[in-house]
Amino acid sequence: MPNFVMSYLGSTVTPGEAGNQFWALMYVLIIFAGVSTAVICMNWLERKALAHFQVRLGPMRVGPHGLLQPIADALKLMLKEDIIPAQADQFVFWVAPLIGLLAAFTVYTVIPFGPSQAVSDMNIGILFMLGVSSLGVLGIVVAGWASNSHYPLIGALRSSAQMVSYEVAMGLAVVSAILMTSLNASGTGTLSMIGIVQAQQQQGIWFIFKFFPLGFIALVIFAIAMVAEVNRAPFDMAEAESELTAGFHTEYSGLRWSLFMLAEYAAMIAVSSIAVTLWLGGWMRPFPNLLHAPAWDFIFSLFPGLTFAGLAAIAFIGTARMPSDSFFKIQRIGLGVFAALLGFIALLLLVIAVAGRSADASVAARFNQGIGYVYWFVLKVAVFMYLFIWYRATWPRYRFDQLMRVGWKVLLPISLGVLILTAAVGVIVR
Amino acid sequence: MSSPTNDHKNEVPKRSLSNLDLETPDKTYLDSNELIINMGPQHPATHGVLRVILKLDGERVLGTECVIGYLHRGVEKIAENRTYTMFNPYVDRMDYCAAVSNGLGYCEAVEKLLNVEAPPRAQYIRVILTELNRIASHQLWLGTHALDIGAMTPLFYTFRDREEVLKIFERYCGARLTTHAFRIGGCQYETYSGFEKDVTTFLTFFAPKIDEYEALLTTNRIWLERTKNVGVISAADCIALGVTGPLLRASGVKWDLRKAQPYAAYSKFDFEIPTGENGDTYDRYIVRMMEMRQAMRIIEQAVNGIPEGPIMGKVPKVIKPPVGEIYHSIEAPKGELGYFIVSDGSTQPYRLRVRPPSFVNLQALDLMVRGLLVADVIAVIGTLDIVLGEVDR
Repeated sequence: MPNFVMSYLGSTVTPGEAGNQFWALMYVLIIFAGVSTAVICMNWLERKALAHFQVRLGPMRVGPHGLLQPIADALKLMLKEDIIPAQADQFVFWVAPLIGLLAAFTVYTVIPFGPSQAVSDMNIGILFMLGVSSLGVLGIVVAGWASNSHYPLIGALRSSAQMVSYEVAMGLAVVSAILMTSLNASGTGTLSMIGIVQAQQQQGIWFIFKFFPLGFIALVIFAIAMVAEVNRAPFDMAEAESELTAGFHTEYSGLRWSLFMLAEYAAMIAVSSIAVTLWLGGWMRPFPNLLHAPAWDFIFSLFPGLTFAGLAAIAFIGTARMPSDSFFKIQRIGLGVFAALLGFIALLLLVIAVAGRSADASVAARFNQGIGYVYWFVLKVAVFMYLFIWYRATWPRYRFDQLMRVGWKVLLPISLGVLILTAAVGVIVR
Repeated sequence: MSSPTNDHKNEVPKRSLSNLDLETPDKTYLDSNELIINMGPQHPATHGVLRVILKLDGERVLGTECVIGYLHRGVEKIAENRTYTMFNPYVDRMDYCAAVSNGLGYCEAVEKLLNVEAPPRAQYIRVILTELNRIASHQLWLGTHALDIGAMTPLFYTFRDREEVLKIFERYCGARLTTHAFRIGGCQYETYSGFEKDVTTFLTFFAPKIDEYEALLTTNRIWLERTKNVGVISAADCIALGVTGPLLRASGVKWDLRKAQPYAAYSKFDFEIPTGENGDTYDRYIVRMMEMRQAMRIIEQAVNGIPEGPIMGKVPKVIKPPVGEIYHSIEAPKGELGYFIVSDGSTQPYRLRVRPPSFVNLQALDLMVRGLLVADVIAVIGTLDIVLGEVDR
């Protein structure tokens, strides 16, 4: 049994490819739990960051600095009465949030957190990902239709039109990145997510800087289209709080509503992951080719531990700065324990980094590498997630016709131009 | 044998609304191009309990019907059963975002009826507080208008800064919103020590804040697209409908009661009337932003030139105006706020009629949104700057 469990750690391919069913299942569970946790963290982070953009504090009551707020919200939503409107199509109403959730979570099977840190390495990974993630719109359309109510119906119609139009520009941007993968000696490109990152590794450049500014423009187009794709401000037509009350989920409440939220945030992370994989070098740490001495490897492997140490320090400072009133005693203890927990994780990561510094195939070294891959990947995704919050705090909402105009008349021609130019430059360079 | 209840049911007249053909049976709406939507009275962007029935073709608005009265409290009828002094606090509850202006209009109308005048110092205090209230009202408008268009953050900035105005009100008369700041014949309270300092501090604090709002919105591409050429209304239409205030000025008419028929101490101050050209939502936004700056100018002059003296004119203990009628109007933040009072010589008004700017301006909604999209209806309701307390009274 230990051999069976350990077998994967020595392998250099994904568990799906190695036929290791046990580890594939483990990965599915880890990703499910990880994404759910990330959504919870994101929920707290968005409320806090948005609050600080808007000169207020955000949640402060449930736990120290509102750290337990998402858990309290989740509990509340689960305990709420389950309402299905009398006029709604019961079955479709019931199934709609599940479609959205399923689509959002299925794409994670091909997201590479590292060269072997994925459930499976599909050779059509990027196509699979775009295809499945756009199925999410079905959940929204069906939800709007099944509610049998005006506002959800308008929200659903807006959403479907919006997603269809932005997917075109998005797809063309993706194609220009895929073209770049074929610029190797054998001239073979790849659609595999892992292959795309490896191509960037071999060519020694992130695709964002490739044929500058072509790669950069493609990323910008993708980054705009992906905001529209997941219905976030300033393209949140489908929800459009001030126009359509809540858009497609007006009639939803409680657990079903929370499933929509879960799907939305999961989709946000998923599209950010595509952007990171295609243009920002996926799991690669900065300058893997320039600074490739073992000493540099060691320095970069300290980053995860140091990040957690920094978080622990912030939490400790927060604990120290809390009012000394006895009313805050429990909160102080809570934040202190949280800080200690972060510190412990930091210590653990640093120990692994030191233990696994040799480049041999020992378990510690493999572990160390894996942590590095996941860390850099998550960090890059986190940047995009922060951008989502930033957009929401800064910009007004587009009107529907303007949204379509931007999609068809601005993004589409630019992405077509970028695609053609990329192909031309690629041919000339080869 | 038919039951009496059924007969009764048949007698209920079918409700028909004037300009919308609402007869289309609900069941066929999926087959037809037209969709009838109830926006409000419970809606996040109708600024209270306004109900707008929208007739849509897809997203395009074919017509609207405003249904008002959800906040009707019978203020005008109440006035007939209260003495002139007792009615004074009620006017604060009409436009609760600009209670000081409401009070000013009412007090001046009764003063006109009594033929007394408030002493100069009271006039100056009135101007300072009224202009501060104009700023507060415009801040509230800006925050909610931007929120309707989807920009969340300005709301919190404006509310943060509005707090400073409300603090001055609170220190002056103990209330923040329904201030009841003025009395017939002058002011109840002398300014507190440090009032002038507070006001000047606010002016220096607030000048960069307007720039902050403008930095977020004025040149923002999305804001421009959402407001330019949206809800256009011509000067002629404005005049025909009786639309006043920033809406009228944004259409290019230089009409401000503070200049046209000066009241209080306004004739002593130097300020400009900002006007727009196109009469669209963006112009109205710019006009209101400039008005805030002009209000600051007026406050500055008033604080610097505030005279000494009494704050209460010679008003009898029991206010019994002579028989007659009076119409007096002031430039409230939202437009012309008028009071028409008929006196029968007793201590209570025989009839009191309020000409609320929000109510009159709301009439323009249908004209402004026809042919636009659903999202524009929200933008236009925001730009009208209505307060339902004033519309319904």
